[in-house]
Formats: sequence, C-alpha cells, structure tokens
Amino acid sequence: MLIKTGIPTIEDIKSVFPSEDRINKGPVAVIECYQEIPCNPCFTSCNRNAIKDFADINDKPLIEDELCNGCALCISACPGLAIMVVDGSYSENEVLIKIPYEFLPLPKEGDTVKGLNRAGEYITDVKVIKVQNPKSFDKTPIIHIAVDRKFLYDFRNIKVEEV
Amino acid sequence: MKHVDIAVIGGGPAGLCAAISGASSGAKVLLMDRSEKLGGQLIKQTHMFFGSEKQYASVRGFDIADILLDKLNEYKDNIEIMNNTNVLGLYEDGVITIERNEKYEKIKPKSIVVATGASEKVLAFPNNDLPGIYGAGAVQTLMNVYGVKPGKRVLMVGAGNIGLIVSYQLMQAGVEIAAIIDASPTIGGYLVHASKIRRMGVPILTSHTVKEAIGRDCLESAVIWKLDENWNPIDGTEQEIETDVMCISVGLSPLSELLQQAECKMKYIPELGGQTVLRNENYETSVEGIYVAGDVSGVEEASSAMVEGYLAGLCAAQKIGFKHKNYNELKEDYIKQLESLRSGPIGHHIRSGIEKVMGV
Ligand code: SF4
Ligand code: SF4
Repeated sequence: MLIKTGIPTIEDIKSVFPSEDRINKGPVAVIECYQEIPCNPCFTSCNRNAIKDFADINDKPLIEDELCNGCALCISACPGLAIMVVDGSYSENEVLIKIPYEFLPLPKEGDTVKGLNRAGEYITDVKVIKVQNPKSFDKTPIIHIAVDRKFLYDFRNIKVEEV
Repeated sequence: MKHVDIAVIGGGPAGLCAAISGASSGAKVLLMDRSEKLGGQLIKQTHMFFGSEKQYASVRGFDIADILLDKLNEYKDNIEIMNNTNVLGLYEDGVITIERNEKYEKIKPKSIVVATGASEKVLAFPNNDLPGIYGAGAVQTLMNVYGVKPGKRVLMVGAGNIGLIVSYQLMQAGVEIAAIIDASPTIGGYLVHASKIRRMGVPILTSHTVKEAIGRDCLESAVIWKLDENWNPIDGTEQEIETDVMCISVGLSPLSELLQQAECKMKYIPELGGQTVLRNENYETSVEGIYVAGDVSGVEEASSAMVEGYLAGLCAAQKIGFKHKNYNELKEDYIKQLESLRSGPIGHHIRSGIEKVMGV
C-alpha cells in the first residue's frame, strides 16, 4: 500500500494513466500525485491549461489529456518528481517515456541501462534516447527512454551503473 | 544600550521575511543570527520547495535563501545584520542581551520578532550515544554545507518529510540507504517524496523502531523490530542491519527558551511539536511587543514559516507606528496564504494545534 511502503498499486497507477488510445496518439503527461498536499507548480508551469485550475492549493492535479501535448515542461517543475510523459506513437514495440532523473552519473544517449519499477526492482534493459539538462530545468534533467510496450505500467526509473 | 525599532532573533526563512517586512514598512530592523551565513536551514535544502509561487514553489531551498537575501539587500538602509551573534537573554522589560565578538551587549528594541526555529527530538534506545548516530540536521550540515559524506550506509529513522528528503540527498551524494524506518503505521511525509526514494530501491518500513545500536567504538549495526497496532514491539521480529550511520529524524520541537524567559504564556501542544507559545492572529504573544514566526511558533513547513515571518514583521512594525502603505492588503494576503497552505488533509493536525495556541 502506497501510504505504508511508498509503492503505488497497479489500481493507483491505472487511475491516473490516460487511455491507451490517447497514449498511442502521441506524448501525454502522467501525473502520479495521489495525495492532497499544498502544492501547485504543475498547474502553474503548464501553458496549455491542460492541468485543471486548482480551486484549493491542496487539490490533486487533474489533467485533460486532449489539451496536453506532452511538452514535458511540468516534469522538472514538480518538486515531487511525480510526473512523466509517455508516448505510444514512438514505435511498434516500444513506448517512449520521459522521466526526471536527479542522480550522477547521468546516462548518455545510446546507452543501455537497467529499467526499474516503482519498487526500484530491475524489470528489463532499456535504451536511452535523449538526455535533456538545460539551465531552465534547474538541475532536474529529463531522460527519454525507449521501453518495451509490455512494461508501460511498470517502468518508472533507471539505474545507471558507474564505470 | 543599543536602541532599534524591531529586533529579529534568528535569520532563517521566518526571520529573513520578518526583517524584510519590518524594513519595508519603514522601521529600522536589527537582524541577529548565531551563524556566519544567514538563511538558517534553507541553505542546506537542495530540493525544490512545495507550495505555490508566492512561497517560491519549485525553487530549490538554497536558491530561495539567495532570493530572500537579495530582497533584504534592497532595504539595506533600514536593516542592520549581526551574524555570529548569540542571543543570551530576553527579559520581561524587553531587553535583549547578546554575545558577539566575545563581548556582552544589551539591546532595547521597541518590538521583537522571535524566529529561533526548532530543535531536533531525540530517540531513547540502548547505545544511542555511539559515534555514528546523528540528527538529520547534522547530516545535512555535513553534506550540504561542508561537502562531507557522513558514512557509507545509513539507517534513516523517521519517514516524515525531513527523513525522506535527507535520505534522497544522501543517495544523490552517493551514500547507500539501508532502509528508512518509522514507528508510525503510515508514512508521515509527502508520498511523492516516499515514492521517489522507494523507486531507487530503498525499503520503507513503517511500524518499525530501533531496538538497540551495536558497536564497540562506533556504530557497526542496528537492531530494529516491528511494532504491533498498539505500538508495542513484537518479540522475534528483530532484524540486524549493518550500518555505520544512523540518522535520527523523529520530529522537531519549538526552540522557545527565550520566550519562556520573557514569561510569554506557553502550552504543551503535541501537534505543533511540544511546548508552544500562545499568540494572537498577528503572531503577537502574551507579552506585548514580542512576536513570533516560523517553527518556534509551531513546527510546520518552511513555506508557512516565510509567510508567518512576513506577517509578524508587518504587524510588529505597525504596532510601533510604522504602518506599511499596503498594510491591509498585505495582511489579508498573508493570512489567506497561510490558510490555504494549511487547508488540506495534511494540514489537519496543524489546524487543530493552532486552535489551541490562539487567544492571548
Ligand atoms: S506535458 Fe506540457 S502540456 Fe502536458 S501537462 Fe505538462 S506542461 Fe502541460
Ligand atoms: S507539482 Fe508535482 S507534487 Fe506538486 S501538486 Fe503537481 S504533481 Fe503534485
């Protein structure tokens, strides 16, 4: 249970995922913020109004999938690192997943790294497609990872082996 | 004896904001802090803050310290800063005594904002004095102020926001976290923090506490055990965990000695961390002219500490005749910000604590 272990259940995860149809159309944000906390940078960072107006700062973010274009601006604005962008239009067998990653060493484009689930367990090897770390991301780099479709609901982190 | 309009004791988030607010109202402010560098705990915070834009959400703690110091600088004609200054006493007649450069001095302000923050609670278990057992604040100071790793493998005790954040920072510094344990049956900190640590592979064990620490000259391992629903340890559930650093993060209590000395009315309020000073809506205590802000007025997040500082500084200035030209709007805005930060389910215990401190 999330509140005891920090690991969301598959029901938790599916409750915040857009439909697979929407995911297959192109990049879209997935916001895993399951608890009401006083926080709203996801909402203020989105300039497409894809995240519904917060009536109260403790509201949970609600995303309108059709307005979101997966621009990923909200990823590095979120202090909880709770947001990723998934893109099911990437290739037939793989989805492209953009995750925040604040550890050194950063992976390099083209690397194969270990793909981890939400418990930090190894699930499969994954490929690093792109590493974005501009100043505007304020030290929260975003890593684009190609992941086998069957791990869409499992993959959430990477492990980069030190060389 | 030195005379000033407002004396602010403590240069953390609350004290900085109180000084800015008092000075922007036109009062001459004296800001005192025991450290070399102002900013309090902010300078050790490498994570992005929560809250809204008004409390610098999404900005990292140490960058917020710089933003506040820049603002302070805008009012430099109205603010005198005394760093490396220990405030020794606060007397009923409003006189403050300090020690600075090995000299003893007296200050008589017209009003005072006490923003001394909080101290860490300790945990009792056999051998809890072994070298290698630290408070979370000390670990953060070593790592983020001096760039020193405290050890190789840490057992974090406490899954509140501080325990979770310090664990994450330790991992970023390349230190392994053996586990995070907490006696409570649920994680106390924000779940988004817990999840980002858990997905790095760190187990979070709720309903667990320390049975004993083991080591000859320093910490070598720790025995933890499980608690039942009545918080009693269950025999036979002991696990020995190899660790050279145990980091204790089991909560904070207001650092209120000066307020007690000044004979401000206090009350034991567990929701706010222990002995807490009574105050009114303006953050004025039962002693006229003594205001409080930040963790000393009840332990909360830094975002509320900053807003409390702005509010207390504004009111402390108004009290002695320096009314900010936008006093009414500002005051209303600060009160609204505080209400909204405390309004959700997470703020429930804060709200119930605050009900008990109000009314002097
Ligand atoms: S990915 Fe871009 S469009 Fe979608 S919610 Fe985030 S900021 Fe808005
Ligand atoms: S910014 Fe992140 S942590 Fe804050 S409310 Fe939005 S999703 Fe949740």
